[in-house]
Amino acid sequence: MTTAAPETAEVEPETAPREGLAAIVGGYFERLRGGEVGILPVLFGLVLITLYFWSKNHNYVTAVNFNNIVVQMAGVSIIAMGVVFVLLLGEIDLSIGYVSGVGGVTVALLQQPEKSYQVGGLIAILLAVALGAAIGAFQGSFVALIGIPSFVVTLAGLLAWQGVVQKAIGEQGVITIQDDTINNVANYSLPANWGWGLAIGAAIGYALTVLLSVFSRRRARVTAQHPLLLVLKVVAIAALAFVVVRISNRAGGVPFAGVLVVALLIFWTYIARRTTFGRHVYAVGGNAEAARRAGISVKRIRIVVFMISSAMAVLGGVVFAARLTSVDLNAGGGTILLDAISAAVIGGTSLFGGRGNVRDAVVGALLISAIANGIDLVGYTSATRFIVTGVILLAAVTLDTVLRRRQAAVGR
Amino acid sequence: MQALSDVDFEVRDGEVMALVGDNGAGKSTLIKCVAGIYSIDDGEVFFEGEPVSIHGPKDAARLGIEIVYQDLALCDNLDVVQNMYLGREVHDLLQRLQEPEMEQRTAETLKSLAVTTIGSIKHPVATLSGGQRQSVAVARAVMWNSRVVILDEPTAALGVAQTRQVLDLVKRLAQQGLAVVLISHNLLDIFEVSSRITVLRLGRNVGVFEREQTTQREIVEAITAGAPAEVAGPAGA
Repeated sequence: MTTAAPETAEVEPETAPREGLAAIVGGYFERLRGGEVGILPVLFGLVLITLYFWSKNHNYVTAVNFNNIVVQMAGVSIIAMGVVFVLLLGEIDLSIGYVSGVGGVTVALLQQPEKSYQVGGLIAILLAVALGAAIGAFQGSFVALIGIPSFVVTLAGLLAWQGVVQKAIGEQGVITIQDDTINNVANYSLPANWGWGLAIGAAIGYALTVLLSVFSRRRARVTAQHPLLLVLKVVAIAALAFVVVRISNRAGGVPFAGVLVVALLIFWTYIARRTTFGRHVYAVGGNAEAARRAGISVKRIRIVVFMISSAMAVLGGVVFAARLTSVDLNAGGGTILLDAISAAVIGGTSLFGGRGNVRDAVVGALLISAIANGIDLVGYTSATRFIVTGVILLAAVTLDTVLRRRQAAVGR
Repeated sequence: MQALSDVDFEVRDGEVMALVGDNGAGKSTLIKCVAGIYSIDDGEVFFEGEPVSIHGPKDAARLGIEIVYQDLALCDNLDVVQNMYLGREVHDLLQRLQEPEMEQRTAETLKSLAVTTIGSIKHPVATLSGGQRQSVAVARAVMWNSRVVILDEPTAALGVAQTRQVLDLVKRLAQQGLAVVLISHNLLDIFEVSSRITVLRLGRNVGVFEREQTTQREIVEAITAGAPAEVAGPAGA
C-alpha cells in the first residue's frame, strides 16, 4: 500500500490538464482510491494513541517522554528495517530476535576489560555486524541455494541462536558493558547546537536532493513533480526536523539512537529506491520467475537480503544491550522478534512481497513504542499491551490484504 | 524424446510469420530452441544469412531475438518503466539508477509503437488492463534493438477491444521492419495480421502457406490431418 507513494505523483503529459493545488490534491485522492494510502493509517493511529494517553496522563506528551520513546523505538526500528527487505522478497526471518541477542552478547564479550581479546567499542560493534552478515549469508544460503522455506530455516535459527546466546553468557548469567562507546549508542544525547546543526543539515540536504532530481528530470525532458508539491515537501521535512530538535533539546538534547535510526533510514531507503540492487529486490518479490528470465540473479539477491536482515538485527541488538548497559540470558528474547515484524507490517510493508518501504519500519516501530510507553505510563499491565498490539497488527494485515485487492481492481 | 524432426522454419524482416499447430505439435519447443532455452541436437540456425549458434537466452538476446511469453513475465508491483528495464536498468558506476533517462526512453518507445492507452508509465502494471500489459511486454521486447520478436499467444486472454489493440501493435512491428513470429490458435487473428503461415503437426512441418493464397479451411485441415511436407532441409530461423 505504500509502494512508491511519492514517486508515483508524476503526471504524464497526456493526462495533465489540471494545474496547481487542485491537481495535487486531485491526484492524491485518486491514489488513495487506488489503494495507495501510504503511511496515512499509521499517522491516524498515532494521533489517536497520543490523544488517548494524553487524556489519561498529561505526562505522556512531554519532551522527556518524547526522548524516551525515541530511544525505546530505536532497537526495534533498526531490526525492522532488515525485516522490510526480507518481507519485500515475500520471505520471513524468525531468527532476528536471537540474532540481535547474539549481537548484544558479542559486543559485551569483546569489550570485557579483563580479557586478552578486548577491543575498542567501535571495533566490537563492527565485528558484531560482520558476524551478523555472516549469519545471514549462512541462513540465506539454505533458502536461496537449497530451496528450504525461509520460515523453517529461520525457525531453526531462532532455536539455535537462543542456545548460542545462553552458552556464550554461561554461568555468570549477565555481562556488564563498561565501554562508553557502546553504551553511548543508546544513552548519549547530542548537545543542543549539534541538534540544530543536524536539523539545518537535513533541511539543506533534502532541498538539494530535490533540486538535483528536478534538474536531471528537466534535462531528460520528463515531467517532474509539481513545483508547489516539491516546495511543500521540503518545507514539511525542514519543519519536522526543527520541531523534533526543539522538543528533544528541551529534555537534554537529541538522543544519538534517534540520529542513528534516521541515518540508517536514509541509507536503506536510498539502497531500496535508487540502486539496481533495490530494484531487483522489488522485482524478485513481485515475480521471481520474471526476474530470473530478465537475467537477475535471484539467488544472490535472496542471500544478500538475509545478510542485511541479520546485520541489522545485530545492530538493533547492540542498541538494546547499550540501553541496559548489560546483556543477560534473555538477550534477544521477549517481544523483540514479534515487535520487529509487527513494526514492518503495521508500517505498511506487505507480507505478500514486492510492496513496502524502509520507512514503514520506523513509523511502525514508533506506533508500537508509543503504545508500550503509554501503557507503562498509565499503569496498565503488559497483558493490555499485547492485546492492543495484536489487534493493531491484525488491522494492518487486513488493510494490506483489502488494499491489495483494490489496487488490482483499479483500471481493469 | 524427439519433439521436433525435419522442421524448417523461417521468418523475414518486415513480415508476420504465423506459427500454428494443435497442442503438442511442437510450436513452443521450436520457439524455445530459437530462443536458446533448449539446445538443438541437429540442424542449423541462420541469422541474416550467416550460420549462428545459440546456446542460451543471452546468445539469442545478443542477436536481437526477443520472446514475449504467454504469461508476459511482468512484475505486477513495478511500474511500466521499471518493467521495461527489468534486469537491464540504466545505472552509473555506483549502481545508481538513472530514472529520467529510463522514463524518457520508455515514453519514446511506447509512442513509436502508438501505444497511447496507458495513462501513466509510473503506475504499477497491476493496475493495467490485459491489453495494456501485453503492450508493455511487447514494447519491452522491441526496445532493445531487437530484430526478431516472437509472440506466444498474445491475444489468448484478451477481450475483443484489447485483442484489436494488440493486433494493431503486431502489424506496426512488422511495418517497422522487424521479423515477427506469431504463435496463435485463433485463425481469425492469424489471417488478419500474418503474411505467411507455418503449420506444424506432431513435431514435423506440414507446410508454409501464403496467406493470400490459402483459406482457413485449408489451414485447419493442415493442422488436424496434414501430411508432413517432404522437406529435409536445415532448420533455420
